[in-house]
Amino acid sequence: MTDTTQTTQSSDAGEHYVAPFDANVSFDELQDAPPPAKFKLSITGWVGAIVVGFWLIVAITGPFIAPFGENELPFPDDYSEYQTPRLGDATDPETGEERGFFAQVYNGALMGTDAEDRDILSRIMYGAGRTIGISFVATTIAYFLGVILGIGAAVAGPRVDMIVSRINDAFLSLPSIMLGLVMVAAFGSTIPVLIVCAGLIYTTVVYRLARGIGMDIMVMDYVEAAKVRGEGIWWIVTKEIWPNAAMPLISDFGLRLIYVILFISSLSFLGLGVQPPQADWGNMVKENLGALQYGESIIPVVAPAVAIATLTVGINLIVDDISAHAGGKLSKRM
Amino acid sequence: MSDDDIVFETKDLRIHAMRDDGSELPIVKGVDIQVKRGQVVALIGESGSGKTTISLSSLGYCKPGLVWGGGEANLLGHDVTKMDTEELRPFRGEKVAYLAQSAAATFNPSIRINEQVTEAPVLHGTKTQEEANKRANELYHALELPNPDSIGDRYPHQVSGGQLQRLMAAMALCGDPDLLVLDEPTTALDVTTQIEVLKAFKKVIKEEGAAAIYVTHDLAVVAQIADYIVVLYSGEIKEKGPVDVIVNNPQHPYTQRLMAAVRPTPSAGMGDGADGSHRREAPALEARAVDAGYGKGSDGKPLVQILRDVNVTIERGHTVGVIGESGCGKSTLARVMAGLLPPFGGQINLDGGELPGALTSRKRSELQKIQFVYQMADTALNPRQRIGDILGRPLEFYHNLRGEKKRERVQQLLELVELPKEFAARFPHELSGGQKQRVNLARSMAAEPEVMLCDEVTSALDSIVGANVIKLLKGLRKETGVSFVFISHDLSTVASFADEIVVLYAGRVAEKGPVDQVLAPPFHPYTRLLISSVPEMRVGWLEETMGSREALAGISRGVTITKVGCPFFDRCPVAIDGTCDKIDPPKRADPHGHGHVIECHREIDELMAETAYAQAQIDAADAAANAGGEA
Amino acid sequence: MYSMILKRLGIGAITVVAVSVIIFLGTKVLPGDAAQIRLGQSATPEAVAALRAELGLDLPIYQQYLQWFGNFITGNLGQSLSNPDVQITSLIADRYENTLIVSVLTAIIGVPISLALGVMAAMFPGSIYDRILTFTSVTLVAAPEFFTATLMVLIFVFALGIGNAVVVGSTEGKDLFQLIAHFALPIATLCFVIASQLIRMSRAAVLNVMSSPYIEMAILKGVPRKRIILRHALFNAIGPIVNVVALNLAYLVTGVIVIEIYFGYQGLASLIVQGVQTRDFVLIQGLGMIFCGTYVVLMLAADIAAIVSNPRLRHPK
Repeated sequence: MTDTTQTTQSSDAGEHYVAPFDANVSFDELQDAPPPAKFKLSITGWVGAIVVGFWLIVAITGPFIAPFGENELPFPDDYSEYQTPRLGDATDPETGEERGFFAQVYNGALMGTDAEDRDILSRIMYGAGRTIGISFVATTIAYFLGVILGIGAAVAGPRVDMIVSRINDAFLSLPSIMLGLVMVAAFGSTIPVLIVCAGLIYTTVVYRLARGIGMDIMVMDYVEAAKVRGEGIWWIVTKEIWPNAAMPLISDFGLRLIYVILFISSLSFLGLGVQPPQADWGNMVKENLGALQYGESIIPVVAPAVAIATLTVGINLIVDDISAHAGGKLSKRM
Repeated sequence: MSDDDIVFETKDLRIHAMRDDGSELPIVKGVDIQVKRGQVVALIGESGSGKTTISLSSLGYCKPGLVWGGGEANLLGHDVTKMDTEELRPFRGEKVAYLAQSAAATFNPSIRINEQVTEAPVLHGTKTQEEANKRANELYHALELPNPDSIGDRYPHQVSGGQLQRLMAAMALCGDPDLLVLDEPTTALDVTTQIEVLKAFKKVIKEEGAAAIYVTHDLAVVAQIADYIVVLYSGEIKEKGPVDVIVNNPQHPYTQRLMAAVRPTPSAGMGDGADGSHRREAPALEARAVDAGYGKGSDGKPLVQILRDVNVTIERGHTVGVIGESGCGKSTLARVMAGLLPPFGGQINLDGGELPGALTSRKRSELQKIQFVYQMADTALNPRQRIGDILGRPLEFYHNLRGEKKRERVQQLLELVELPKEFAARFPHELSGGQKQRVNLARSMAAEPEVMLCDEVTSALDSIVGANVIKLLKGLRKETGVSFVFISHDLSTVASFADEIVVLYAGRVAEKGPVDQVLAPPFHPYTRLLISSVPEMRVGWLEETMGSREALAGISRGVTITKVGCPFFDRCPVAIDGTCDKIDPPKRADPHGHGHVIECHREIDELMAETAYAQAQIDAADAAANAGGEA
Repeated sequence: MYSMILKRLGIGAITVVAVSVIIFLGTKVLPGDAAQIRLGQSATPEAVAALRAELGLDLPIYQQYLQWFGNFITGNLGQSLSNPDVQITSLIADRYENTLIVSVLTAIIGVPISLALGVMAAMFPGSIYDRILTFTSVTLVAAPEFFTATLMVLIFVFALGIGNAVVVGSTEGKDLFQLIAHFALPIATLCFVIASQLIRMSRAAVLNVMSSPYIEMAILKGVPRKRIILRHALFNAIGPIVNVVALNLAYLVTGVIVIEIYFGYQGLASLIVQGVQTRDFVLIQGLGMIFCGTYVVLMLAADIAAIVSNPRLRHPK
């Protein structure tokens, strides 16, 4: 080791300074930017994750732990006593006790009963699995078809892409709810029809996303390098494009899931989704809307609406963290 | 010199990067620099050395993600690191002005140029709009911009890159700042444009008497413009001193390494070509009368024709350097050879046999023999594949190697490009830029090709790293006898590596032949322009060249592709009106050279004489400069 | 520039034609026969056949399509299947007024406020104001429309005691403020729904521009923050912002079925529910074409605005 001290000499133009150096140290090329940071949830992201986790547990265990059956009438003999508090019923008519606006109802029906005297809490627990399950399967179908078509259009070249994209544009120009209503009306409001219908309608959106991502990757040099090597289309799609498209597509799944949940709930709300007496959060709002409109009670409407909102907002809080991590690229594609 | 003369100085300046986990990573580690009035201080170093970060500190600005870590940065006696944005505003744009690397990105695309140029002084209230307009107009004239009286009314996309770069200088100077910060202002330009811009910068800095910080990685440029040099590595000063001391007598080993990596001036006899031991009868690859272009037009011809009648022969084991400005068709030629762009005229021959034009109709064995190496390793390597898989695939695909054999060969390849074996398990983003470029090369080597098409493979790399890659390529050529088509805009690199040079201009071969003959008279006028534009690593070169530039008319004009005549016509100092613009130039063989061909209407003898005349001009300018210096 | 606008117009026209084919074929594929539906199950086969001939249903499918599309272009949407005496145009005429009032009022109130809020959030990224606004819009953008509607009802009707949970009465003879009061709840709900999207997207569009080098340059020239946003950033963000505005305006006309049902007023969107329930294909076809036309026209307007706002296209070299 030889340490050379600094030498200083003065001249008109300024001093000459040499930093101390170790003659044996080589000056390696400086590293490129550090690898992208690991994904971490923010506080709001954690709130979202906890809420979504809660609903997932409810969705799976709901039917087993619900206090009453889906269509069971908890108080068949004398339900007039156990009605949910009415607007203006500030005091209990029997005891004279202050009950307040959101006073809870007794004897196990924690949220009271609905327009047909069924236990709201139990119905929400039954509905959780149905709403989440239908939406999840539908989104999966939409992804399966949309990704195949979208990546396919990106790979197949401008002519195929032009045709498929124009047809896709045509479908996108029609409101999704309208498409849904017509399809369900034609083929019947069964759960399989609902799933296929939502899946097909959201295929158009996933197609556009997958095509965009596929197009971005297609112009990368490494894809061209594979073509120059003589690779077939299968290799290019599965080994070059898919591994790079998978992450952005998967992180967009949550966002699509939100829209599908809202879509299914809206259809149910309009009476063409999940059919009564099966419980679904959307049709629960619809069935009990009268209670709100005539000022009788708010819980039967608020409870299922809040259930959907907490679920979708929870998912969105997670999605927001993911898209912030991905540099906001996802939000641009919305 | 008194302290009043100090425009800007840093004292133990430290700047940190904020990591995601909240910890701080030092980027600038205690730097002292001083800029005096009328002085140009150059900050040089590779990417990651912190040179841009330090230069921006004079504006009190940290890039997003960076924070002040201590020390002072005093601009005209005020510590700008302690100020907030409002306090800084009167300084920015008025006392200190910034010129960025890419003017194209720095001008707002939706605002007319004049408003942007005059914005700072008008906002700061130091000039009225009329005064600022007048000042801007003066600067447009001083910077020798075309149509100086109307150029301000245009939008940024309506002027060329070199012009925008000069307009950015006008924007910086409009407020008469005390300090100019120039961040690699010529790096993105072609050499012929770079010299124009450098000339303009030097002139205005001198005339305005402003101090300047000049950030660059190019020592040859520094030698032309700076008074004082600060050498940076990893956020620390390694050496600093007056320009002649650093250039002529560098002390620190890092400075010495930087100097060693400076590309020599291209000249005859500097080549380090192949020894011819791999030569065989048929050339490895041959382009015959190739016409190519993009888009679909009528009668089978493309909408935009790029290449016209291009003939290039690559002998086995030889390296052909293809040189020219951006837009001349260098990359198009490589794409035609690789089969990515089928030519619409002419043919590509491999080992004497004709190759199908389109990639998809070439056989696997043909594809294997021609390998394409991309400029940007960042985009050429799939980020989701490990290095081992990236290198393993061509082995599997072309040579059917699998399992243990493949693994062994991958390790050999890594060894060949001087990378550790452990890299096989890494992903591309875990490697540095130079390492990625090595992997990129190794992937092409894995195919065991006969010809490698290298498209600007060193252009995106720092000089030291780029020099190492060239050294590696020379080694590969010696060991394997592979032929190279080496495409670059950098004449020095091509001259040191190639056996033959092809000079492309607007899609046509202007001149071609063995390196020593292309780089020696007689020259095609364009070749001479290219050679004379490469900055030399000595103080005073710019002044000399500027003196002789007048002989080389029309330099700053961009490349225009013409259908008839010689495309260089409008820039050529020896153009013949009525001939050069009407008739395609003939191919003239140099009687003194082997395979040296110049496409020009001028006779070889005329070109010889022309060269002598220009040299006389340079000598005269040289003498004048020397006389001026002594007086 | 003009050629690009013409190209967009062409694409718009192609989309409309493609949609018309989809709608036409779609309603043909649906189970049920128009003549049968119109006459009811008890009709004799002869009567059905006669009506089929009258409606042109026995013609080849492409002739039926051409006839139908020709009628559509000339403004003849046909007669309702469920009620043969009623023209589809008159059904739509009854409804479009409410839709128009609600969507125009929502657009006038909601769009400028949302854009201003979004741009302001982009001016101070990371501030408390920005965070509250971002969090609110992230929440509302994901919430179902009937949740937002319920929220409005709770706030206005239950907590503040103003208005009704349903829209009642007629709009006749009301002035602007009375109209706003009349539709207060749907307008308020829709304002929140579109605001959540518009705030997010305008903020993102401006922030995206804010990360470009020319904004950094403006900062380094000492340009004040307000001028950076208003003069340097906003104009370059017009393209994406106009696009989102157009999408939301299309939504206000075509996608507000849930809101109309929730508040019980008669608009165009909920007419589709009636069409579905009565299996009135002719009505569905007509509405589908109107919705598609609205969407295409609005998106075209956005595209053209983006083209015109781009100096590269406005001032070619």
